[in-house]
Amino acid sequence: MTGRPDLSTPQVVTINSDADVVRVRQLVRTAAVAVSLSLVDQTKLVTAASELARNTLVYGGGGGAEVGVVDSGRRKGIRIVFSDEGPGIANLELALTDGYTSGGGLGLGLGGARRLVDEFEVQTGTGQGTRVTITKWARSM
Amino acid sequence: MAITADESSRFAALLDSHAARLVERWTEVTAASVRGRMTEAELRQQVQELHRALRAALAEGQFDLAADASGALRATLSEMSRSRAQQGFTATETAVSVFALKDALVDVLDVRSGDQRALADYVTASGVVDQLGLFTFERYARSREELLADQAEQLLELSTPVVKLWEGVVAIPLVGTLDSARAQVVMERLLQTLVDTGSPYAIIDITGVPAVDTQVAQHILKTVVAARLMGAECIVSGIRPQIAQTIVALGIEFGDIATKATLADALRHALRTIEQSRRGNGSAARGAREA
Repeated sequence: MTGRPDLSTPQVVTINSDADVVRVRQLVRTAAVAVSLSLVDQTKLVTAASELARNTLVYGGGGGAEVGVVDSGRRKGIRIVFSDEGPGIANLELALTDGYTSGGGLGLGLGGARRLVDEFEVQTGTGQGTRVTITKWARSM
Repeated sequence: MAITADESSRFAALLDSHAARLVERWTEVTAASVRGRMTEAELRQQVQELHRALRAALAEGQFDLAADASGALRATLSEMSRSRAQQGFTATETAVSVFALKDALVDVLDVRSGDQRALADYVTASGVVDQLGLFTFERYARSREELLADQAEQLLELSTPVVKLWEGVVAIPLVGTLDSARAQVVMERLLQTLVDTGSPYAIIDITGVPAVDTQVAQHILKTVVAARLMGAECIVSGIRPQIAQTIVALGIEFGDIATKATLADALRHALRTIEQSRRGNGSAARGAREA
C-alpha cells in the first residue's frame, strides 16, 4: 500500500470520495517526480488533476482517473484520463468560461486546468458522461 | 459449519475434564507469540476468561456463535481484540490467542494416536475455534478502523493551531490538505481566536499546503471575508513561486487581500500597518491639542 506505485502501466484510481481526490493528487505527484517534471510543472499538473478529480466527483457523481507515463521519443510526460458516467456537459464552451459554475465553486476549475497543462481534451455530451484527457510534458529529458 | 447439540456437549465436557492442562498449554502457545509485551499472568487471565465463556456458550446446547446464548463469549472476544488492537499487536498475534486452543487440544486429545473418537472431537472443536478466530479477526479489523478514524479526527484538531505572533497579530500555519472539513475547523479556530485576543491582524500561512487549487483558494477567501466581517484584516503568506504561478494560471484573484512570500514578510507588514495607524492617531490627537 505504501510502496511506490509502478508506473510502467497506467494506474487507475476510482474517485468516490474526497479522500480519493487526495489519492489521485498523491499518485500524480509521484508520477510527475518520476518523469522529472520541474517543481512548477509538478505543482501545475497536481493542481489541474485536483480540479478535474473534484469535478469528476462533484459533477460526474464519481468515476475514475487513469494516470500513465507517455513517451514521445523526444521527451516524457504524464497523461491522465478522468472519466465519469455522469450527466455530461451540455455546453462545453460555457463550462470552460472563467467564472461560470453550475455548482458553488469559483468557476475556474475546468478552464484553469486547461491553462495548467500542455494538452487538454474533453469528450462529453448531455447524458454521455465526461472524459477529460490532460497531458503535461517534461521540458527536457 | 454448524455442529450438533451432542457435539457441543462433548466439546464442553472436554473443556471441563482437561481444564487445567488446556489453559496451561493455551497460555504457553499464546505467550510464545506475544512474548515480552504481556505478562504471563495477564495472558493466563485472558485465556481463563475465554475458556470460561466458551464453556458457558457450549453448555447452552447446540453451539452457534451468532446466537444470544453466545453473547458473553462474543463480548469476551471483542474485548480482547480491541485491547490487542489498541496495544499495537498485529492481526496474527491477536488471532493466535484463539487458535492456540487447537494446539492445546491436540496435546490433550492425543490426536496423533489415531483414535477415531479423539479425531472426531478434534474436528468439531477445530470448527468452533475457526469460527471464534474469524470473529476475532473481524473485530480486530473493526477496532483498527475505529482507531484510524479517531486518529484522523485528532489530527484534524492537532494540525490547526492558531498562534499569537505579536500583540495584535495571530497566525494560523496550514499544513497538508485543506479539505472542506479542515477548512471549517480552521475558520472556526481563527475567528474564535480573533475574538479571544482582540487582534486586528491574522496571518494565514500556506507554506505547508502542497497545492492550492480552486477549492483551497475558495476556503481561504471565505475565511478572509469572515474575518473581515469581524473587523480583522487577513494576510496570506507562504506563497512559493510554483504556487504563485499555478494561482495565476488558474485565474484565481485574491483581489485586495494582502499576500506575502514568507511569514516574516507578513508579520513585518502587519506591524508596520499597526505602527502607521498608531502614529496617524497620535498626530491627529496632537493636532487636536495644538488647535
